[in-house]
Amino acid sequence: MTWRPRLAEGTAPVLVVLLLLLVGLALAGPAYDEPSGYLALLKRAAPLMILAIGQYFVIVSGGFDLSVGALVTAGVVIAARLIDGDESATTPVILLVLGFGLLVGLVNGLITTKLLVPSFIVTLGMLLVLDGATFLWTDGAPRGALSAAFRTFGRGALDVPLLGEIPWSVLILLAILVAAALFMRSGTGRALVAAGDNEAAVRMSGGQVDRLRLLGFVLSGLLAAVAAILLGGFAGVSAQVGNGLEFRAITAVVLGGVLLGGGRGSVVAAAAGALSLEALFTLLNLLGVSGALESAVQGLIIIAAVAYASLGGGLRQRLRTRPKQRNTVQPAPS
Amino acid sequence: MTDVTPRVRLTGITKSFLGVPVLHGVDLDLRGGEVHAVMGENGAGKSTLLKVLAGVHRPDGGTIEVDGAPASFAGPTDAQRAGIAIIHQEFTLLPHRSVAENVYLGREPVRRMQVDRRRMVADTRDLLDWLGEDGIDPTDAVSSLSVAQRQVVEIVKALSTDARVLGMDEPTAALADHEVELLYDLVRRLRERGIAILYVSHRMREVFDLSDRITVLKDGRLVTCAPTGELTPEDLVRYMVGRDLGEYYPDRAAPGDLGPVRLALRGAGNARVRDLDLEVRAGEIVGLAGLQGSGRSALARAVFGVEPFTTGGLEVDGAVRRVTRPRTAVRLGIALVTEDRKGDGLALRQSVRDNTLLVRRAALGGRRARARSDVSRLLDLVTVVARGEHQEVRFLSGGNQQKVVLAKWLAVEPRVLLVDEPTRGIDVGAKRAVHELLRDLAKRGVAVLMISSELPELIGMSDRILVMHDGALAGELPAGASEGDVMALATGHTAGAAA
Repeated sequence: MTWRPRLAEGTAPVLVVLLLLLVGLALAGPAYDEPSGYLALLKRAAPLMILAIGQYFVIVSGGFDLSVGALVTAGVVIAARLIDGDESATTPVILLVLGFGLLVGLVNGLITTKLLVPSFIVTLGMLLVLDGATFLWTDGAPRGALSAAFRTFGRGALDVPLLGEIPWSVLILLAILVAAALFMRSGTGRALVAAGDNEAAVRMSGGQVDRLRLLGFVLSGLLAAVAAILLGGFAGVSAQVGNGLEFRAITAVVLGGVLLGGGRGSVVAAAAGALSLEALFTLLNLLGVSGALESAVQGLIIIAAVAYASLGGGLRQRLRTRPKQRNTVQPAPS
Repeated sequence: MTDVTPRVRLTGITKSFLGVPVLHGVDLDLRGGEVHAVMGENGAGKSTLLKVLAGVHRPDGGTIEVDGAPASFAGPTDAQRAGIAIIHQEFTLLPHRSVAENVYLGREPVRRMQVDRRRMVADTRDLLDWLGEDGIDPTDAVSSLSVAQRQVVEIVKALSTDARVLGMDEPTAALADHEVELLYDLVRRLRERGIAILYVSHRMREVFDLSDRITVLKDGRLVTCAPTGELTPEDLVRYMVGRDLGEYYPDRAAPGDLGPVRLALRGAGNARVRDLDLEVRAGEIVGLAGLQGSGRSALARAVFGVEPFTTGGLEVDGAVRRVTRPRTAVRLGIALVTEDRKGDGLALRQSVRDNTLLVRRAALGGRRARARSDVSRLLDLVTVVARGEHQEVRFLSGGNQQKVVLAKWLAVEPRVLLVDEPTRGIDVGAKRAVHELLRDLAKRGVAVLMISSELPELIGMSDRILVMHDGALAGELPAGASEGDVMALATGHTAGAAA
């Protein structure tokens, strides 16, 4: 058997797309002549990338999480109201927001796996519930304010020796990305993908499919809470902060070559998809394309990416079924 | 035989996919009123040849003649127009529509701007009568038909396009044992009515029962084409694998090889099986025979905790255990190779490596779940042929997929191995490798319980044979029992019928 370093199936296109966009940015805007421009891009993209990583866990195991946008809004609004400018409340409230995200993920996961409601419906319901509850609680205009310490995560930077000022959000993103990539190399991570591919095979191999799925939802909820903390700091308090983020995250994951319905794709590619999306919007902005077109562009991307996956998959299969196989090692019985 | 001019003649067909040749100058002719079997290992080019005939693939070289006149098919419709139809392994019927609607799907006769139902039903009935199938009514919903009857509908659908050449791809793969006879009958009737039949199958016995001529392909080349009467099964195996397989099965266990009882059932039962008493010892392969639906697979699934026993006891290595889910079974050292490897054996889009490690990762915890250094040793042990550990298993042949299933269980070193139809749909070479592997495992102290519908395999492999009938054990036979004895027990005729 050969051993060679390789990209996961479907990862290569997104990396090419990302590279093209980054080159495009360098040509289009003077801000992208030096690293600081790209660092700013990464900082802007960090919340979406984190959401995409969370969404990846759910999609690759065969589900959808539509509740993350509403969860981000709820997280920001709750934090603002509870902190209300009080610096000392920062730590407990951060823990509370993370716990809230975890809880929402747990509820999503339990209803999906135990009550056998399709995750699309469960999380759509959760989206509406969270939206409604946030609206009821705030009357449409969030009250309170975030503390300076809270906002540091989204706005501030850490002075790293040799590298200079690195935004907190970028550091958090990198930590999450590395952890996610390592997790996906572990036995549990591989089993999660296998469960999205063939649930019955995992169950008949002694696996706990429900727990794996549940884990995906919990991670998605938790990471949405992290994104909420970063976005609250970066963009400030509003009742619209999370609007549409669920679809943007799904678009990013699909752009990263992850198969809808589960079973294939890499988490790093999903994050790269999110970065590509952000880079694309930045580029369009630099080129003077109206921001109003963003959702239209996003819609086209999601359709094109899924179409590519279905068509391209068939093509790749045809390329691969026939090549010569290595000659077998003869069995050495007894 | 009957006609001088063959219905279809393929001469020197070559076909490559992206530079890899799959067919090298294959000749084949199909005569009216003849069943022509095509055999070969997986990857020998059988299905490509079938697809060339069906117009799905255009050959790179060679000629196609229909009724003596040169023809070229740009697509399946052209082949259909020339009177060629293919019955695929997977059916293409819509379950909630009637037989007649399915037969004329997309080609409904029209009268006054509306579908002419009366004519559709009448024409379908004519075809069914012509075939001598009176058990099917054109107005029946397809969902109410048995698998064998659905196959008849597929054939009627083909005939309704005036097909005079029928290609059948592993037609018995989906059928229960008792339905196979019905198919035989049908094929014979088609032959009598002058249809030319191309019959692709793995099953030796079928081919000898049915065919008039046999063509053997190996690695895309024509090895031989001869009247069935001039060939023996041994010849065929030799042609297909290109080597003499010698004796078919590995040696059985000697009495001294048997160890302690690994698996025991004491009056165990559930909704599907009842009063099961059996013991399987370390070192032996116990065959489990029975007709489809007799409870063979249900027994294995119950032991494995999929549909657990509700009465009686199950003992593993002498200790009474309650196994209510596969996870428990796996942790007790029980493995189940299911009969449906694509359905619940493998995660097809995952790599060879990930599938090999699947059980270990899914069912075990801690350090044992993380171990992955021995993957290549496991794959060598089961002699998997793949382009690498990272190739997705769906690109492997059936035989190699089955070997990966075995590798994933070997990775957790089971003490009790249940195998359900371990060699279904895999080629002769892989079959032999699986047989040797099972015997090898038994020698190393695994207790093997093997279910198989293929009696020669079951008899050749087993140290003793348990026969099930109607959810219960009907009896036990020693090694080397005759097929007649097994069938007598399996069908419930306990006395006589010994062949």
